[in-house]
Amino acid sequence: MSAKPRRAAGVLAAFTAVALAATACGGSDEPAGKDAKNITLTISANSIVGGKNSAGAEWIEKWVIPKFVEAQKAKGVTAKVTFVPSGVDDEQYKTKLALDLRSKGGADVIAVDGIWVGEFVQAGYLKPLSEVAGDQVESWEGWSQIPETVQGLGSFENKRYAIPLGTDGRVLYYNKKLFARAGLPADWQPKSWQEILDAGAKLKALPGVTPIQINAGTAMGEATSMQGALPLLVGAGGEIYKDGKWSGATQPVKDMLDFYGKVYGGGLGDPKLQQEAKGRDKSFAEFAAGKIGILAEGDYFWRSVVNPKTGIAKMADRDTTVGYAMIPAKQPGAGIRGQDFVSMSGGGVRTLNPNSKFPSQAWELLSFMHSAEAVKAELAGEARITARQDVNKEVLAGDPMLSFVTEKVLPVTAYRPPLAVYPQVSVALQEATAAATAGKSADEAAAEYQKKVEGFVGGPGNVTS
Amino acid sequence: MVQVTSPPDEVVEGVRPVTGASPAPDAAGLGRARATGFLVPAMVLILVFLVVPAAWTIYLGVTNYRLTGLAAAHPEVVGLDNYTQALGDERFRTSLLLTLQFVLGSAVIGQAGLGFAIAFALRDRRGPLRRVVEGFVLLSWILPSSVVAFLWIALLDRDAGTLNALLGIPGTAWLLDHPMLSIIVFNTWRGTAFSMMLYAAALENVPRSHLETARLAGASTWQQLRDVVFPRIRGHVLTNLLLISLWTFNDFAPFLITAGGPEQRSEILPVYVYKVALSGGELGFGAAISFIMLLINLVIALVYLRMLGRRKEAA
Repeated sequence: MSAKPRRAAGVLAAFTAVALAATACGGSDEPAGKDAKNITLTISANSIVGGKNSAGAEWIEKWVIPKFVEAQKAKGVTAKVTFVPSGVDDEQYKTKLALDLRSKGGADVIAVDGIWVGEFVQAGYLKPLSEVAGDQVESWEGWSQIPETVQGLGSFENKRYAIPLGTDGRVLYYNKKLFARAGLPADWQPKSWQEILDAGAKLKALPGVTPIQINAGTAMGEATSMQGALPLLVGAGGEIYKDGKWSGATQPVKDMLDFYGKVYGGGLGDPKLQQEAKGRDKSFAEFAAGKIGILAEGDYFWRSVVNPKTGIAKMADRDTTVGYAMIPAKQPGAGIRGQDFVSMSGGGVRTLNPNSKFPSQAWELLSFMHSAEAVKAELAGEARITARQDVNKEVLAGDPMLSFVTEKVLPVTAYRPPLAVYPQVSVALQEATAAATAGKSADEAAAEYQKKVEGFVGGPGNVTS
Repeated sequence: MVQVTSPPDEVVEGVRPVTGASPAPDAAGLGRARATGFLVPAMVLILVFLVVPAAWTIYLGVTNYRLTGLAAAHPEVVGLDNYTQALGDERFRTSLLLTLQFVLGSAVIGQAGLGFAIAFALRDRRGPLRRVVEGFVLLSWILPSSVVAFLWIALLDRDAGTLNALLGIPGTAWLLDHPMLSIIVFNTWRGTAFSMMLYAAALENVPRSHLETARLAGASTWQQLRDVVFPRIRGHVLTNLLLISLWTFNDFAPFLITAGGPEQRSEILPVYVYKVALSGGELGFGAAISFIMLLINLVIALVYLRMLGRRKEAA
């Protein structure tokens, strides 16, 4: 009995301590204006040394932070910059950011996916850059180097909220060695969906080879939408969102689902690979091992997956074995805007936390991270499509694949609608591809999709069918 | 129901057995006032960490609150929309059904059934065998869920899975073809130790002489269990079932193995709530589902308590 009051007193003491600590955090006597001599800044990105996007994390820790601190020191400012790494699924990272920003916390400079900008703005988590950091934003030299379309990745309702890192494009990768064995040309470029299926049918004759992998289902998350459903949808002339309406069970949606049925129902793809939690990584490994004939992916696959030096599924003979072709429309001219070939694009951006204690200095850091010098350092010799034209001119010259994407693919590409409801619609789309892959008819899967979309976007009035 | 064990026969030298020392009678009033004073922090803690969040959850459940987008800045009260949406949602109903399968399979049949079987089989044994078995079972309980999940993924994997190698059936994708079975086996393995220990303790209370008599009278093992053992440990069985059912109903660990997939085939309710509320950002809808889960928990608890109460009346 006598122990109880003592324990209660202990709890009370602990509680008081917590409360005191909490209030102590709130107050700071440090001047936080433009002329602050002691500043602390934090950078957050979904990358971690030795894990996800390791090179990016290393760049921040070993290049950005020391260089920035040094530059500040030259101005008589003591800067303490820390990096908060993450190595998690994008959805988890997004949730963490949203929770941070909602509670007025979080890092000062934050890397986000461009597609999240709209919903974060609508939620009141982000403010226009010039509202956060003042006039210096508009006069930044970098804007003139970033094309308007690419700037769109970090904009919402014609206001700049973030600086884009770069963009990407989607192609069909194929294994030239398997193609040779199946009697297919080394410089393959299908002009219709039927030609993809025909090539798949020939590859099927090779033992132990999965002819076609095109992402399907919810286990792949947004990869299904970006690498499968949406490129097919624009290839059939459809757009997921157009003129204020979402597309429901439209003919292009049915065509898209029908193609999934033909690939997986026709034994041309391995549906199990699409269901596993690590299925995308497994399909990468299988492609690298010469077990997959055709794979739809972004240029990320070339740069970071089968890259002979830094890839996660290295292919020593990448340059001779891996071929790439543009994604064809259903038939020539059947794509959106009457195109013969299509692609989807996205990209990461970096933004400022409106609750930053040192907004002006945070902008200095952010713009420093997007200077030509910094962007080149980030590439670390690897070729990649950056947001800056001056850097692209320098680094893409030596890489035929990425030049192919910038010259041929980006002109025909399309972007996703930057609206808060898009992620939900995207999940519904992934579910529809899963249903089609599992054998449901395209009509049935499309009808279910439409029903779900109507629920998300406020009724049938906002959906075309 | 509470069995007070008699104090140990020998008292360790120098240590006095603690007895319930109560304050002197004349200090009782003061003591009560002081006790009330000391209760205040506890009440505050309960209010802050239990009542307020629960009330907040109930409130969120009637809004369209989201983690991002317009509804994050300006949530609106939508009445019972979330509840009607959930009950009309096939995904929710499937999820509920899978959860009940999971509780029945891994808690009731798996953990309680297997736990009792092991405890009963070991009851008269002493020596190394018992220690080895207990050691193995306990190990599964002590290991963190994440470690156990990793072990089971390694065991069940399609290509490199140890189980496939052992059984000589390469290529069986256990986690894809039998996701529910996989997480039921996982959870059974993980939680059997608790039931086993509880039943081992309970079986100590069954007089050996009664079992001996029954055996001499020619009763089969099943008859011994039914007529001699169960009536004496019924309270333990019900308490055990109540606890492990509630734990299993709210268990999130299967997410570590199958992530609810493939597609929705092992999406039990906690995983569903996680996906809807945090991954999908639909906080209002997620809160409504959480409240429905709370109600189901209450029903489970009430049913068991009712059964316990009936036993007391019968006794």
